[in-house]
Amino acid sequence: MRAVGWEVVIGMEVHVQPTTRTKMFCGCAIAPLNAPPNSHTCPVCLGLPGVLPVINKAAVEACLKTAVALNCEIPRHTKFDRKNYMYPDLPKGYQISQYDLPMSHDGHLEVGERRVRIRRVHLEEDTGKLVHAGDRLHKAWESFVDLNRAGVPLMEIVSEPDIRSAEEARDYAVALRTLLRTVGASEADMEKGQLRAEPNISVRRTGTTELGVKTELKNINSFRNLYRAIDFEVKRQIEALESGHDVVQETRGWSDAEQRTFSQRTKEFAEDYRYFPEPDLPPLELDPAWIEELRRALPELPEARRVRLVSQYALPLHDASLIAAERELADLFEGAVRAGADAKPAANWIIGEVAPGGSVPTINQLADVVKLVTSGSITRDQGREVLAESIRSQRSAGELVAERGFAQVSDESELEAIVREVIATNAKAAADYQAGKKQALGALMADLKKKAPNANPKMANEILQKLLQ
Amino acid sequence: MTLDPTHLTISELRHMLDERELSAQELLGLHLERIEAADADVKAFLRLTTARAAEQAQAADRALRDGTAGPLAGIPMAVKDVLCVKGVETTAGSQILKGFKPPYTGTAVQRIFDAGAVMLGVTNCDEFAMGSSTENSGYFPTHNPWSLDRVPGGSSGGSAAAVAAGEATFSLGTDTGGSIRQPAALCGVIGMKPTYGRVSRYGLIAFASSLDQIGPFTRSVEDCALILQTMAGHDPLDSTCADRPNNVARGLHDGVERIRLGVPREYFEVKGMESGVRLAIQKALNTLEAAGAELVDVSLPHTDYGLAAYYIIAPAECSSNLARFDGVRYGMSEQDAQNITEAYMKTRRKGFGAEVRRRVMLGTYALSSGYYDAYYLKAQKVRTLIKQDFDDAFANCDAIVSATSPTVAFPIGSRTQDPLSMYLCDVLTLGGNLAGLPGISVPCGMSDGLPVGLQVLAPQWREDITLRVARAYELAADMRVEVALVD
Repeated sequence: MRAVGWEVVIGMEVHVQPTTRTKMFCGCAIAPLNAPPNSHTCPVCLGLPGVLPVINKAAVEACLKTAVALNCEIPRHTKFDRKNYMYPDLPKGYQISQYDLPMSHDGHLEVGERRVRIRRVHLEEDTGKLVHAGDRLHKAWESFVDLNRAGVPLMEIVSEPDIRSAEEARDYAVALRTLLRTVGASEADMEKGQLRAEPNISVRRTGTTELGVKTELKNINSFRNLYRAIDFEVKRQIEALESGHDVVQETRGWSDAEQRTFSQRTKEFAEDYRYFPEPDLPPLELDPAWIEELRRALPELPEARRVRLVSQYALPLHDASLIAAERELADLFEGAVRAGADAKPAANWIIGEVAPGGSVPTINQLADVVKLVTSGSITRDQGREVLAESIRSQRSAGELVAERGFAQVSDESELEAIVREVIATNAKAAADYQAGKKQALGALMADLKKKAPNANPKMANEILQKLLQ
Repeated sequence: MTLDPTHLTISELRHMLDERELSAQELLGLHLERIEAADADVKAFLRLTTARAAEQAQAADRALRDGTAGPLAGIPMAVKDVLCVKGVETTAGSQILKGFKPPYTGTAVQRIFDAGAVMLGVTNCDEFAMGSSTENSGYFPTHNPWSLDRVPGGSSGGSAAAVAAGEATFSLGTDTGGSIRQPAALCGVIGMKPTYGRVSRYGLIAFASSLDQIGPFTRSVEDCALILQTMAGHDPLDSTCADRPNNVARGLHDGVERIRLGVPREYFEVKGMESGVRLAIQKALNTLEAAGAELVDVSLPHTDYGLAAYYIIAPAECSSNLARFDGVRYGMSEQDAQNITEAYMKTRRKGFGAEVRRRVMLGTYALSSGYYDAYYLKAQKVRTLIKQDFDDAFANCDAIVSATSPTVAFPIGSRTQDPLSMYLCDVLTLGGNLAGLPGISVPCGMSDGLPVGLQVLAPQWREDITLRVARAYELAADMRVEVALVD
């Protein structure tokens, strides 16, 4: 995808549902995923005549925490605006959002070696959901409106077009998720729709500065698909341009089934949302003392943690970056070290075994296995097996090692007795080895493993060679 | 003084109720009879809520016996069709909401109910409160009880006419550009718009959110203060409703000695000002001066631009506020359409009247990209200048007095073909909305046999001054709101 001669330019719009008990402008509880349609609604979020919005303070706080963590500037005055358009999932005929005075602006997020500038972080409300027979509203025979999600708070985090590849876009989204979870602003679970990433993608000839025509990708529901969708879209755009076609400015969806993007809506004319200040909500005056309090209460952010992992544990920067990128992994690492595991082996186990595997062990489960392997009590392969089983069954590593008889024999005299027995029963192989056929050692070791599977293989090998000299 | 209870004030009726000269249920019966006799001509009510009224009257009688009666126990009242009452069809005077019964009661109305009042029914108004004559009602026009071939003013024409015709002791209306004060003037009753933010708008079907306020129609200034006090105060459901001390009746009877009343010359030079109105106002000012007030000349130099700014801002907000009437969730829904856009268009074309459609289009245009700066933004700047005008004026006076309407009630049909002439009805009142000021209209005599209203405006949160000046006038002029004898 790093096509020669082309530069990829990506800006991300990410919608995040902040962790709140209630909706953005009314007292309705946030509906669980499979709640019956319209079970979490009231006159306000149904947009009945005569109702008025009231700002959810918890949502504002989550947004401000996020903004502070993203190094954003937070103005004294902010306000809400109406974005006007009619659609059946939008009960008031307008969405309460923020237009020219967002809650925060001009921040940045470090993603690996790149600093991605954040244009703004603002608050708005979600729309409802339409369920219809047929894939498009205007073709549907019958349509249903579920307003459980209508009025759910959303933070919109808009980056500058600083991202240069699908990998970076995915890393940015992961870094954002870690940040949001670290500050407690959101669970940011992509599968649950709590984090929705919409990349704006264009390509241009390397060396040029003018932006190409962009497309916006929607309905991406995992980090993997985010990568795949962008990868596909970049290739599609480059192919189009190289074969003399144009890229059309449009919104494209990602089809998981077909593994491709498809045109959803062309922006032939820009929709006129007729933004104007929401007259039902007075402008918000943000108390600087409150912002300072939030800033002080912020936990250690991923970027700071990465630096500390290097200095405190002497981890290579690469390891520290990978571990700090996921709060869960970083907590696991530091916990395991506190529980007695050596730092570098613990990091290796996390990067090599835990991160790709998907299921995360407890601190003690990992620490026990790392310690057993490092001390030579069990082999690395056995360690893997023990770790997997202890995650599955929630039993301790020690118990599993004993049960499987994994404890290695490392006692020298015991090993010597075993080796002598192996030489005695394999006299021909022993003679071959002594005659110079070094590969004969393999047969001897194989028999040793069969006779004594728990023998420390490294030590046994050394003893074998010594006795045959 | 007549002793027909349908002609009396709240305080007079309350005295009778307390003294057991009359029960709340009897009082209700008398009003239902009066409505029966007069409303076929006046057409103030869209719907009666007789069953609810009977329950409320019964409860009021019980409370009066138990000594737990609220300040409005048993008082019959009417509610403008833009205020949501749980289970009562509320349509904003529009066909598009025909059949809509809100599942909740708005804050202001609830507070009136909690004080013990008895709701007689829902009163007619211009559709979505857009109009100055109640002729824009999606149902039928209301007639002025003083002259049935004339308009009652609007948009709260039904509420004003009900009080003027003896059909209700008080009523509630809403005022966005003059929609309480102007019909109060034309029907010869007292009507008041509070400071923006004094009364919760929760439950008020919005026309223009930054201008709308709920207020009362009454037969005495004291009643007006009582109703306002009952409705006012912070409401967690309305972020624009201020958390301020509720002191509107403070110093009500203190008179106007040494009170400086500003007389804005621009308000006496407006286009279409009738000489009979000017004369009545002049006389009222003389009365106030004789009562001890000092008259001072003030200037509101941007008055001419107020109307233009108002007719950008109000339609802009309404174009957005009315977007929810799309036929998807409630109200009228035209199903015979090929797609959702066609369904929207058919529903709204059929459900909205001409004036509403006109304002939705005006507002949509004013907010459109490329026009926003020239219209909406400029109008907001003018609004700031108009506020500044009032601030400057109030530096030299305590209240501003003028006519409420440049004319008396005009014949039904005489202005419907010319929207601009209709818009001019509000030229003296809409400044108060743009600046968020409290304003009252009190009857101050007749011109050509029709009532004239005196408007008193005060600085924000100084309802006490408007009420005090109005009360002083009431006393000095020996003014008593009369009931028009329609039969």
